[in-house]
Amino acid sequence: MEQKLVALSGNEAVAYAFKQALPHVAAVFPITPQTEMMHKYAEFVANGESDTEMILVESEHSAMSAAVGASAAGARTFTATSSAGFALMWEVVYIAASLRLPICMALVNRALSGNINIHCDHSDSMGGRDAGWIHLFAENAQEAYDNAIMSWRIAEHMDVRLPVMVNYDGFIISHTADALHMLPDDVAYKFIGKYKADYALLDVENPITVGPLDLTDYYFEHKASQLAAYPRALEVIKKVSDEFGELTGRYYDHCEEYMMDDADMVMVMLGSSAGTAKDVIDEYREKGVKVGLLKIRTFRPFPFDYLSKVLAGRKAVAVLDRSASYGGQGGPVFMELRHAMYGQQVPIYSYIYGLGGRDFDLHQVETVIKDLQKVAAGGEMNNVNLLGIRS
Amino acid sequence: MATNLKQLTKNEELLCGGHRACAGCTGSNILRQIMLTAGKDTVVGGATGCMEVVTTIFPYTAWKTSFIHSAFENCAATISGVETAFRALKKRGDLPVERDNINFIAFGGDGGTYDIGLQSLSGAMERGHNMLYVCYDNNAYMNTGIQRSSATPVGAHTSTAPSGSQSTGKQEIRKDLTKILVAHNIPYIAQTTPYHWKDLAMKVEKALATPGPAFLNILMPCTPGWHFDPAIGIDLAREAVECNFWPIFEVENGVYNINKKPKEKMPVADWMKKQGRFKHLFKPGNEHVLESTQAFVDKEWEKLLKLEESTS
Repeated sequence: MEQKLVALSGNEAVAYAFKQALPHVAAVFPITPQTEMMHKYAEFVANGESDTEMILVESEHSAMSAAVGASAAGARTFTATSSAGFALMWEVVYIAASLRLPICMALVNRALSGNINIHCDHSDSMGGRDAGWIHLFAENAQEAYDNAIMSWRIAEHMDVRLPVMVNYDGFIISHTADALHMLPDDVAYKFIGKYKADYALLDVENPITVGPLDLTDYYFEHKASQLAAYPRALEVIKKVSDEFGELTGRYYDHCEEYMMDDADMVMVMLGSSAGTAKDVIDEYREKGVKVGLLKIRTFRPFPFDYLSKVLAGRKAVAVLDRSASYGGQGGPVFMELRHAMYGQQVPIYSYIYGLGGRDFDLHQVETVIKDLQKVAAGGEMNNVNLLGIRS
Repeated sequence: MATNLKQLTKNEELLCGGHRACAGCTGSNILRQIMLTAGKDTVVGGATGCMEVVTTIFPYTAWKTSFIHSAFENCAATISGVETAFRALKKRGDLPVERDNINFIAFGGDGGTYDIGLQSLSGAMERGHNMLYVCYDNNAYMNTGIQRSSATPVGAHTSTAPSGSQSTGKQEIRKDLTKILVAHNIPYIAQTTPYHWKDLAMKVEKALATPGPAFLNILMPCTPGWHFDPAIGIDLAREAVECNFWPIFEVENGVYNINKKPKEKMPVADWMKKQGRFKHLFKPGNEHVLESTQAFVDKEWEKLLKLEESTS
């Protein structure tokens, strides 16, 4: 199968990926840096390349609400947002997951206010990490496109039936032209498949009640059944990714392991900064420093077993978070990862970097590697560290 | 057309009995009457509120049509999604069952409509979805314990604006939501009550037959919130029209039509007197609130007459 090599921004790439799923409905509201994605999609519709019905709502709260309505009605549905837009959706984000609606959402990661800032960090996604969605992260436009294609298969899988959030870094991925391979439309749709809801509001001959009042006698059972879906989701993500790999030659797992085989020291992170880290790791590898990178792709459900196995026996681990947990200890990825490593004697440190789009540069990676070397040699480090801050 | 009583009584009950509304609740009358007219090919959305809570306590549902509740403030947006899904699936031949038309009805109380859901409602109306939004206006947040809303009339006692030695209850004039909807230039808007069953059925029929968005504002006397004998709720709905507190009228493509003009206008105080929420206003010293309420109702009625005259 021939895949076309194209130059697209991350926003355009994800717009194409969503279009290839032939969604029935899209409910969107503009927010930087997601806007380009919805512009592109609106062009598809205006030019007859897509027959998706777009609901151009008056807020993100209504975007997620309309998406819930459309999905419960039986429609393949997507939305897209960033930052404050996602924060405004928050209440309904939980409802989408609790109703087990396979909505896909592009979350173009941007810092939360205040102060207002339009640039990349992951605090938007992390604010919704317990809402019940699947969170996939990407390093570049290719991965964002690939995750967006796979998101439908994962969300709609009968063992899952949960909404999926396709995260990619605001501006760094969303607005940067990148080379990527795209699937032909028919191949993409064949891979994704046709969606059929099992229970749909529009099946007026078999009416259903969605979202009833659910009190002390049943609410907990419904939550228990939802909780049971997440370990299954991890398996489905892996299976779908394997199948995608066979189709495209691009294989994915819950994490990407870079120079990990013999690495004593490991950096763990999400998103585009992995590309920067890989460059510096290459340099240090040439000097004989055994440093590797673990890039997390599936943040929710968190791949605890995978991580605890792959990090077992390492001499030092640095977790780099592009978000902070105010009043917590270190960033959200750090907290999850250290929890995954409970009982193992592996030193793990938290680094917060890149808040509000602060550049993640080569020097910051070097700083972390040097710290890791110090720890691996028996030295001590602060638990929580800030990278690239003005002195 | 089903606006005769004989036909209505033959129609299938789509809101079954056994729900948990209060004794004397007129909200369930409203829903039942709407559903008798709308028929089975209807998808209903409910905002969080009394009517949603009493009709869908899991594992039970009183709804014989499809029903969705999502949250308090987003019922209009939710149903706009369902309605869009209908058009999208129909276009592709993907509907689960073939239908040329399905009715989409969203309902919310005054809290979910005048206040927290106003933005969502405004957006859905402006976008032109083929849906009917029904507000059952019982003049306060009844479901959460009778707190004041922007629909609460001046002088009413509520739990957040109670009457007391230093207060006569709510101080602020209620919002005229129907006028706000008129400003959306949507094709059909009306006010009615559950007493006026024929008027209500006719308005539901018109609203559903009109392509595009329609809005019904329905006064809902509330037994615990207004504090009256459960037997008289429907009478209070009738008298609200007779005293001009709640005129029943339609605005069709911008043209006002008042459906009932009381021959002998009942004093508003006579209507208020039957409701415990206004009890304190009948104590010496509070006459000015009754007087200003009458003056306000009269002024609004005159304005409505002029609107009818100027748009006909």
